[in-house]
Amino acid sequence: MKDGPRRTWWLRLYVAGQTPKSITALANLKRLCEGHFPGRYRIEVVDLVKQPHLARRDEIVVIPTLVRKLPPPIRKIVGDLSNEERVLVGLGVLPRERGE
Amino acid sequence: MTATVRRRKPEPMKPAGNGSRPARGPLAKAPTGIAGLDEITNGGLPRGRPTLVCGGAGCGKTLLAMEFLVRGALEYNEPGVFMSFEETADDLVENARSLGFDLQRLSARRRLLLDYVRVERTELTEAGEYDLEGLFIRLGHAIDSIGAKRVVLDTIELLFSGLSDRFVVRAELARLFRWLKTKRVTAIVTGEREAGHLTRHGLEEYVSDCVILLDQRVMEQSATRRLRILKYRGSAHGGNETPFLIDDHGVSVLPITSLGLAHQATTAHLSTGIAGLDAMFGRKGYFRGNTVLVSGTAGTGKSSLAAHFAEATCRRGERCLYFAFEESPSEITRNMRSIGIDLEPWMHRDLLRVHAQRPTALGLEAHLVAMHRLIDDWQPRVVVVDPVTNMIAVGSETEVKAMLARLIDFMKLRQITALFTSLTEGGGAAERSDLGVSSLMDVWMLLGNLEANGERNRAIQIVKARGMAHSNQVREFVMTDRGITLVDVSRRADGSVAIGSTRGVQQKQAPAGDAKPSRRRRVE
Repeated sequence: MKDGPRRTWWLRLYVAGQTPKSITALANLKRLCEGHFPGRYRIEVVDLVKQPHLARRDEIVVIPTLVRKLPPPIRKIVGDLSNEERVLVGLGVLPRERGE
Repeated sequence: MTATVRRRKPEPMKPAGNGSRPARGPLAKAPTGIAGLDEITNGGLPRGRPTLVCGGAGCGKTLLAMEFLVRGALEYNEPGVFMSFEETADDLVENARSLGFDLQRLSARRRLLLDYVRVERTELTEAGEYDLEGLFIRLGHAIDSIGAKRVVLDTIELLFSGLSDRFVVRAELARLFRWLKTKRVTAIVTGEREAGHLTRHGLEEYVSDCVILLDQRVMEQSATRRLRILKYRGSAHGGNETPFLIDDHGVSVLPITSLGLAHQATTAHLSTGIAGLDAMFGRKGYFRGNTVLVSGTAGTGKSSLAAHFAEATCRRGERCLYFAFEESPSEITRNMRSIGIDLEPWMHRDLLRVHAQRPTALGLEAHLVAMHRLIDDWQPRVVVVDPVTNMIAVGSETEVKAMLARLIDFMKLRQITALFTSLTEGGGAAERSDLGVSSLMDVWMLLGNLEANGERNRAIQIVKARGMAHSNQVREFVMTDRGITLVDVSRRADGSVAIGSTRGVQQKQAPAGDAKPSRRRRVE
């Protein structure tokens, strides 16, 4: 998928409290967005410890989970987002490798 | 009392239940409400702990787990959470409807919460370290939101195919089972059985308190389901396979409950319906709660003897349930009327019910369950099964015997007197052709023909009658238009019993000479 200049990214990160993995994931996400979509992204953090009912509604099992709300379709990336290349694949910025 | 403890080599992994384990308080149990399962588990599943239910595809583990929740919600005021990793909530609702359970209604009343957890590898990109805290929060919230006391995880092993990091999944599952205990929920965790292993990913390592194995196999053209308690920590359990059934009433497990021990023996007598036969039992008849086997070759009068007993039951104003596996109700009434036993009035007064069914119409377990239900619904005092041998058409001999043991046990617990007829094949010894079930019976009678002097005469003998004085004679009987009548014993000078026309000879004081029949009579 091409990342056109006007494309807006709405990303929601599900975490469970201030755990190391959650903190790492958010830091990784911010850095990635600044690097790839400066000024065109919005990050929303959902803490399931505070809003546990959202786990079922939004079908969350793994923590952290990053959900690409926009652009459609919805995509899910799990993990602390330390592997930037995989995150970009998951977001659709980079093409998926063969066999994936 | 530790003064006399002997020194022994340390024995790791001592099996439970051998008496050497120090007695702890009795394990708290949560009744499943599933027919028969609470009997073989002595009260249910370990309360507040997870139980592993494993088996191959289609073995019934999802339905068993679902019934555990439904019964918990309906009968024990214990709401439940069903977390499904396999079937969607809609599918679960649909499947449960076939068992007569309305999951939507239970959900609306907040007695049940269905949550379909979908983890598809193709829909997730993994990018870094993760854990399953989301699952914990989701399950925890579900439990708290309805005050759940029961949880089902079906089949949580699917997480292994949804996520690539097996080490994380294993560690998180171990944590999940520990966490479930802290939540004090009674849980069923299902696992898919794989060749050589109980579950594909070794769930049995984490669930150590109770393991139940389900199995479905096809034997002699009919599918039979079996349940076995593989492990139940701190609780005695029979390691035997127990048949079970899934039908529109849910799951029914058919146990043998400590046969012959739990039920109370009575000393009340019931007339056999035949005066002469009562006399052979010390003028009284059978004990109430006895199981009576009547064996004989074709046409020896087994059904007539059963009909006499049925009629005598109705005459006392008691209910008799007659399972007919060979004849229709109208055939039975017609045939019995020909020997002067009119059963029809008793049917009209609803003291006699004849339940006719071809044995092959149902599988063996289905028969047993159907009989249990009919007996439970109508509460007869006497049950006749005529003939029990037709069950052979449905199952193997060992299966039939096991089924009969269950049926007898079931009736004994209810103090129901039962009469089984058994068709034996001519030529063989009766003892051999009686399914080996005679050992289960309290009373065993043989009907046969005595052949002598070019005559064939009917005869009856009591082979055994537990706890009763009974005649050891082989007695001749005749079929009259007033039913079975035992013929008075007529003795010859040498003390032998005269039968048939020799009776007349005897009465004329004819010389015993050449008309003397062999002392060793055989009942065919």
